[in-house]
Amino acid sequence: MRLFRHELKGELLLYVRSRELAFFTFLFPIILFVLLGSTYGSDRIKSEGNVRGSNFLEAGMIGYGAISIAFAGLAIVLVIRRESGVLKRLRATPLPAPAYIAALLTSFLTAFFVEVVVLILLGRVLFGIAAPHRIGSLVLILLLGAVAFAGLGIGLTALIRSAEGASAVVNAIYLPAAFLAGAFFAPHSFPVVLRWIAAVLPLTYFIRIVRGVMLHGQEIWMFPGSIAVIAAWGLLGVVLAIRGFRWEPVEG
Amino acid sequence: MAMSAISVRGLRKSYGPLEAVRGIDFEVQPGEVFGLLGPNGAGKTTTVEILEGYRKRDAGEVEVLGVDPARAGGDWRDRIGVVLQSSSMYQTLTVAEHLRLFAGYYSKPRPVDEVVELIGLAEKRDELVRRLSGGQRRRLDLGLALVGDPELIFLDEPTTGFDPHARRQAWETLRSLRSLGKTIVLTTHYLDEAERLADRVAVLREGEIVAAGPPAELSGALPATEIRYRENGREVVLETDQPTRVLNELTSKALAEDRELEGLVVTRPTLEDVYLDLTAEESE
Repeated sequence: MRLFRHELKGELLLYVRSRELAFFTFLFPIILFVLLGSTYGSDRIKSEGNVRGSNFLEAGMIGYGAISIAFAGLAIVLVIRRESGVLKRLRATPLPAPAYIAALLTSFLTAFFVEVVVLILLGRVLFGIAAPHRIGSLVLILLLGAVAFAGLGIGLTALIRSAEGASAVVNAIYLPAAFLAGAFFAPHSFPVVLRWIAAVLPLTYFIRIVRGVMLHGQEIWMFPGSIAVIAAWGLLGVVLAIRGFRWEPVEG
Repeated sequence: MAMSAISVRGLRKSYGPLEAVRGIDFEVQPGEVFGLLGPNGAGKTTTVEILEGYRKRDAGEVEVLGVDPARAGGDWRDRIGVVLQSSSMYQTLTVAEHLRLFAGYYSKPRPVDEVVELIGLAEKRDELVRRLSGGQRRRLDLGLALVGDPELIFLDEPTTGFDPHARRQAWETLRSLRSLGKTIVLTTHYLDEAERLADRVAVLREGEIVAAGPPAELSGALPATEIRYRENGREVVLETDQPTRVLNELTSKALAEDRELEGLVVTRPTLEDVYLDLTAEESE
């Protein structure tokens, strides 16, 4: 526990310092929220129960933030640390692997929660969006989603062979996923094929629950099917991670 | 009998069809600086990484600080320091921040300021790692291995790629470690490095130890002293273990016949010749 706290402090410092990577995945959802919100924030979205565009977008950006920070950011950082030999180096220290992984995860979850707070504050100031009521349900779904995406992110590192490839592979997955899941625009106007793909993505269900909780005052347990899909994907990530996680660089 | 810091018996390791280590034995005593010397691909890194607990061995017995590294845990890692072949660290932390982060992993760390002095980076204390030169990073690397105040330190090719000045600085630092009473295992393919730093070396070739002992004693092995001169326009080469007697016979005979030994050259084998001879490919 002492080692976990020590490592968490270190990881938070590393997160704040990593301008290029983690910070990019942190800032992008905020920038897009402001840009897209200014574009269609005051429109009404009929297909979504006539909610305001800005409210609809805020929940979408929380979903985008979750996949951007917990999945993309974490996967890229882990691959870079593995390929640069930092993970191998850490294995020679008395820091236990579970304490390390837990601290790393917690630092990224912390970043995600800060992101959500920033998005909600910005939404309040810029677009006059009311603060969410179902705080308990909101925290639960944010935790479930972030942990599931982090599991998938760690699992994905097993499939990436080089630091150079990390950004490319990760971007090719999470940017289309965020688009298809309706983080930016309502997915109802999408072609059928794209909606089929969206129907299996965990982000689709995550955003659905977040919108239910934030826009319609629903509680998390009203979405058992969606919870199951998100949890199943998270488990898949954990299985991939357990089978293929490496501490040492892929020998070239 | 005092317990060895490291004891290796019949160690073997293969990667597929490649036998990287083919049954080696050695002991390292507490407080000793032990060098594993050999060309690239001789099995140095494989051996050290087995001792560090990174690789599983195929056969043999290994004890490091009385523990089998393949089954060692955090308590054991608390007592060892590791410098890997390539420097790997967080680019976005300062020297002191990085040392502080690693210090926190150990039960009785050495004060960060003391380590900064020891590795000669006091002026770069608050510099980001990414702004350090290659040699400075390597020294920080050593600092990260020292900050836990380990009993035993592994250094895998600590000066490879250094310019001569940086190497000399690194040697100074490593010598100061010896005065702290640390047991040190270092691998190198530089002969002069082993000669200057190590109390004892084992020369590895193709996964086998072909010579072992204090560096100065290795030159007592092969090859023989060589005596060359010309006689009637023909070059004569003699190899002998008793150069004094042979020279004496040659020269007194030449003097008695009032003859000059043209182009007389006597060559003593240097440690370098010994090393090259020991590590030469079999086909040569």
